[in-house]
Amino acid sequence: MSQKVVDILKEKFGSVVLETKSEHKDETVVVEASAWLDVAQFLRDDPRCDMEMMVDLCGVDFPDREPRFEVVMHLHSIRMKHRLRLKARVGDRDGDEAKIKSVVPVWSGANWFERETYDLMGIEFEGHPDLRRILLYPEFEGHPLRKDYPADKIQPLVPFREGYEKLPPFDEFEGMSFGRQVFRSGKFD
Amino acid sequence: MGEIIKPPTTTAVLSGSEQGFATTRLDALLGWARKYSLFMYPFVTACCGMEFFSMTSPRYDVARFGAEAPRFSPRQADLLWVVGTISQRQAPVLKRIYEQMLDPKWVLAFGTCASCGGFYDNYTTLAGIDKIIPCDIYIPGCPPRPEAVFDGLLLLQDKIARGDRTPGIVKPRQDPAQGLVELRTKTKVPA
Repeated sequence: MSQKVVDILKEKFGSVVLETKSEHKDETVVVEASAWLDVAQFLRDDPRCDMEMMVDLCGVDFPDREPRFEVVMHLHSIRMKHRLRLKARVGDRDGDEAKIKSVVPVWSGANWFERETYDLMGIEFEGHPDLRRILLYPEFEGHPLRKDYPADKIQPLVPFREGYEKLPPFDEFEGMSFGRQVFRSGKFD
Repeated sequence: MGEIIKPPTTTAVLSGSEQGFATTRLDALLGWARKYSLFMYPFVTACCGMEFFSMTSPRYDVARFGAEAPRFSPRQADLLWVVGTISQRQAPVLKRIYEQMLDPKWVLAFGTCASCGGFYDNYTTLAGIDKIIPCDIYIPGCPPRPEAVFDGLLLLQDKIARGDRTPGIVKPRQDPAQGLVELRTKTKVPA
């Protein structure tokens, strides 16, 4: 559907395009993280691409990869009726140096998406106008959607009551922990 | 714990004059008055709110039980309905609202999430409001049916009348596991 856009990108940016993949007529392009903003700007401004709509932006954690994180952006052109998935890989194994240029200058709608990705995944967007937590509270330490965040770690704002007994149907391990996978020392238990 | 206990009668009508007169204990009288004048503060955060609307609307009509008047200031309310999931971020707000309410006050946890966190077993969610504030009645269900909510309300009224502050849980009217056993035995092919 947007194979043309992929060809245009390859022709324009050359070696910056690391990988391309096509699945179910959806094209994915992986680019160098350093060229992230340039590619985004080109995709919006070039009349053959005309990606005026940024649909989604998020992060993915692959703890056994280097670079560890993937920043994924979904783009759509309303006029040309085509779409593209753009990816870039950032961060080392410890999760540091996860930095990428912000695309807020290109699509202002990316603002809250980048804040969310920063909040939950800890990817820093350089040049973002107001990069702070959006869903969690400022006192929260760490980034909970990283695979090395302990699955049972909570950070309460109010100290819990003491000296009361929970009634029989409930116990101290409340909630339903089905499907919980705990990631320790590089692998899932 | 979950059953309504019939209290020993403390009020008696005596035939002293033409009209008769009643004797009672002061705390029984106060309890009787309180249980039918619950002013509720709905702290509605999630999908259980839909069931809460249903409960307060004419089909189920909570007004029948003397608890229909919502007060959207905690200073005027004496029954706090915690309806829905409470996140860690919201916990200070809930605690503050509880502290702003005047005594005597009661707290009712509506639904599984408010009671114990439900299936939200993660970094965002407070696993039961009794981690931060005392809770009088737990109504399990996701969401609970209005009948279960009224069971809880009547249980609370019964506890208020008796001056009992131990927490109570609404039990299902039918034991779902029991029905499951019957179903299994029924469908079992005889050898």
